[in-house]
Amino acid sequence: MTIVEETATTGTARHGALGTSPTRPDGVAKVQGSFEFSSDISADGCLWGATLRSPHPYARIVSIDPSAAWQIDGVQAVITAEDVPGQMTYGLISQDQPVFAGDVVRYVGEPVAAVAADDPETCRRAIEALAVEYEVLDPLTDAEAAIAGDHPPIHPDGNVIRHQRIVCGDPDATGEVVVEGTYEIGMQDQAFLGLEAALAIPDPGGKGVELHIATQWLHEDRAQIAACLGLPEDAVRLVLGGVGGAFGAREDISLQVHTCLLALRLARPVRMAYSRAESFLGHVHRHPATIWMRHHATGTGEIVKIESRMVFDGGAYASTSSAVLVNAITLAQGPYRCPNAVVDGWAVRTNHLPCGAMRGFGAVQACFAYETQMDRLAAACDVDPVDLRILNAMRTGDTLITGQPVLNVAPVAECIRETAALPLPDEPVGGAPMPDGGPDVMKLPGGAGRTADASNIVRGIGWGASIKNLMYSEAFDDYSTARCRIEDGVVTLKFATAEVGQGFVTLAPQIARTVLGIDDVRLDRIDTLIGSSGSTSASRQTWMSGGAVNAACLAVRAKIFEHVASSNGLDAETLLIDGTDIVEPATGWRQDAVEACAGQTFDETAEYHHPPTTELDEHGQGSPHTAFAFVAHRAVVDVDPDLGLVKVVQIATAQDVGRALNPLSVIGQIEGGIAQGLGLAVMEEIIQIDGVIRNGNFTDYLLPTFLDMPPVVATLIEEPDPLAPLGAKGVGEPPTISSTPAIVAAIRDALRQVDGVGKPLHRVPVRPGDICL
Amino acid sequence: MSEAEIYRLHVNGERRDVTDSWVGESLLDVLRDRLGLVGAKGACEQGECGSCSVIVDDELVCSCLVMAASAVGQRIVTVEGIAAPGTPSDVQQAFVDAGAVQCGFCTPGLIMAVHDLLDRTPAPTDTEIREELAGNVCRCTGYGRIIDAVQRVAVARTERAS
Ligand code: FES
Ligand code: FES
Repeated sequence: MTIVEETATTGTARHGALGTSPTRPDGVAKVQGSFEFSSDISADGCLWGATLRSPHPYARIVSIDPSAAWQIDGVQAVITAEDVPGQMTYGLISQDQPVFAGDVVRYVGEPVAAVAADDPETCRRAIEALAVEYEVLDPLTDAEAAIAGDHPPIHPDGNVIRHQRIVCGDPDATGEVVVEGTYEIGMQDQAFLGLEAALAIPDPGGKGVELHIATQWLHEDRAQIAACLGLPEDAVRLVLGGVGGAFGAREDISLQVHTCLLALRLARPVRMAYSRAESFLGHVHRHPATIWMRHHATGTGEIVKIESRMVFDGGAYASTSSAVLVNAITLAQGPYRCPNAVVDGWAVRTNHLPCGAMRGFGAVQACFAYETQMDRLAAACDVDPVDLRILNAMRTGDTLITGQPVLNVAPVAECIRETAALPLPDEPVGGAPMPDGGPDVMKLPGGAGRTADASNIVRGIGWGASIKNLMYSEAFDDYSTARCRIEDGVVTLKFATAEVGQGFVTLAPQIARTVLGIDDVRLDRIDTLIGSSGSTSASRQTWMSGGAVNAACLAVRAKIFEHVASSNGLDAETLLIDGTDIVEPATGWRQDAVEACAGQTFDETAEYHHPPTTELDEHGQGSPHTAFAFVAHRAVVDVDPDLGLVKVVQIATAQDVGRALNPLSVIGQIEGGIAQGLGLAVMEEIIQIDGVIRNGNFTDYLLPTFLDMPPVVATLIEEPDPLAPLGAKGVGEPPTISSTPAIVAAIRDALRQVDGVGKPLHRVPVRPGDICL
Repeated sequence: MSEAEIYRLHVNGERRDVTDSWVGESLLDVLRDRLGLVGAKGACEQGECGSCSVIVDDELVCSCLVMAASAVGQRIVTVEGIAAPGTPSDVQQAFVDAGAVQCGFCTPGLIMAVHDLLDRTPAPTDTEIREELAGNVCRCTGYGRIIDAVQRVAVARTERAS
């Protein structure tokens, strides 16, 4: 694969082409409030739908009596499992999750029935009027009990979703220095702001349905919906509704099937929209995990072997648990060389909320463990934590513990060094002195609470580095499709790539402008009237859909060159794009690209596939991943050791981006990803007690605000990856991964300065009591 | 349904009759569902996220926490009333230019909050920006580019004034 712009394009980038930062095509609509999110879409004669959910983590449904609901004026439909015409279950990897619970409910919030009514208030009353009798069962809430077989299966597929072992090199190898610990990661919520919402419009005669939906992957949704509706796939058409953030939470089905079922039953358009409380129950979360890890190293800190046991609580249904687990175990070494390993991974089923994809996808949990271990190893070897990481830094050609060689550009040491070279904050604790000579209390831990005394505050510095696989893994062909059409000098691109805020709608025209030399690029509707683009996840769309758009544009360009060559007596092979011209360098012949296409129509569709990957064998050996990206983070945190309060002061980062195709978008991904890493470090956790969520709202589930998020100083490490179609790596996930352990390491560093010992802080999010008690 | 109320709101310089609202319905729901002004967004409906921010009698409020009927006689400005379609305000344009918009769900609320901030405090410090906007959650951007947008407008307005 080549980097096309270098072979067929000359000159420096003009504004709007690759490497520049044009503004978003949907930007003005978004700032003016006219952009249509899925929750804004309505239709004439539209009804509303709502969902009845289980109040119990585990119970048998004895009976459902809808009669009282039917008494309410305006109620149009009540549906349960009995009304599902097709497949009763769905799921991304295994179809183990019921559309509606049939005989048993397995988590608090599991859908039991749905209603449609004239308005949302009538829906709410109808839901309340549905009488369900449950026989409460003993819930499984301990992941270890699921592994041990101490609880009867809560699902026909059993309580273990996946057990996978990795044995690499010499399992008996030992090192002079050994450090170990057990780490816990809490359940994080994606907390996108735009709540789940959809509009389903049935076809006349009930033979099909059109669904407007905020999702990450239209075609996968369509396949699962069609199966449950008992319709052929082409009878179900999906249109992307405006997406208010995703972060993994829209990869699974939530209200899609319910909305379509109601619309088809009533032969009328139906809207569904979740509240925030319902959203916490209605989508998958980041897996809580417990990870034991032991590192063996030489006396100077070179890693000899890692051992680990990882337990991921998948909650009631499998979703992507097995793939999340594989990410965690296969990336357990971090961005470091490691010749020997024994890793045991478990993803289990419990009666907790189902877990699945969230930004970082398994790599996050593993990273908190291995980066904490790296700091312990540095301390045990009396080596600086930065030097220890550079000493072990992976390079191109090194192998994962699965035996897979890392063939991508792997500038791990550069990321760490460049991060270390970034300036530390110039302001002292409490910021620059205020006019009265005192600190700016808003810059102290506790902020407006004015609880901290500046003289007690200790500043710590911590490090994190990480590796992330890009694209899907384990033999999955997550290809992407794109169509490029030129008519009257205007380029139109079509793809099914879900725009969730990341900015593919900005990038795709940049690709077309660069390849074709034509500035007027329009985007067709994002829907299922073209082939799949795969999911907007796994940091994959720049590479995959970027690759597909690039390929479609190249195919069109070849047609243009043929046309130009034959009408001007030139050789198509010698033509290039130079800015907005087509040129033949040898003769100096040139023509404006738009003029060259006058009166012509060219239309090409292309698919981009990445090279195949493999499954893991029973020893966890294989080449499961497509590509890798790396990043380093340094956190500076002010800590109040008495009150347990923290203020993150600065995050520095150098990220391996391959090539920054839109530098402003890259910065946006870096800052946004770090904010979510900060959330996991010190704020965000879904609390469940006995299987019941206790903080499913924005008052109790704490998200980073303007006051929590510090300035980010970032360097982009740009070494184009020859394996990437545009030289660019995905940038969405790495920022989230090692920012978390860096922040926690900074807190540990501060606490160590207080008493020379510090606190282990082996659990995220770190709570005040973990610091001060 | 609860008893319907009929009242008149003053929104974006226009009188708008609300004929099918129920008693106690929030201003956010009335704007969105009764008046078709869907610019204000609901992401928590309990005053925590700021997505629903509008200005009522020169005060920035969370419209999810205001009863629509209580806003009778007050001047309501929503994001749709900030500037004519296609001609964004300086704040709106700065958000686009600075990369302060990703998914855009928080954006209408932030646009209202930033206009309000800069009307009161033309040259805010970094701390003032963060403190004033802390009621508006953005899950996508990490806030850095939004702060940049605010600073761009503050600088441009100060330059214009001098
Ligand atoms: S919806 Fe009003 S503050 Fe969140
Ligand atoms: S841009 Fe998505 S929430 Fe702010």
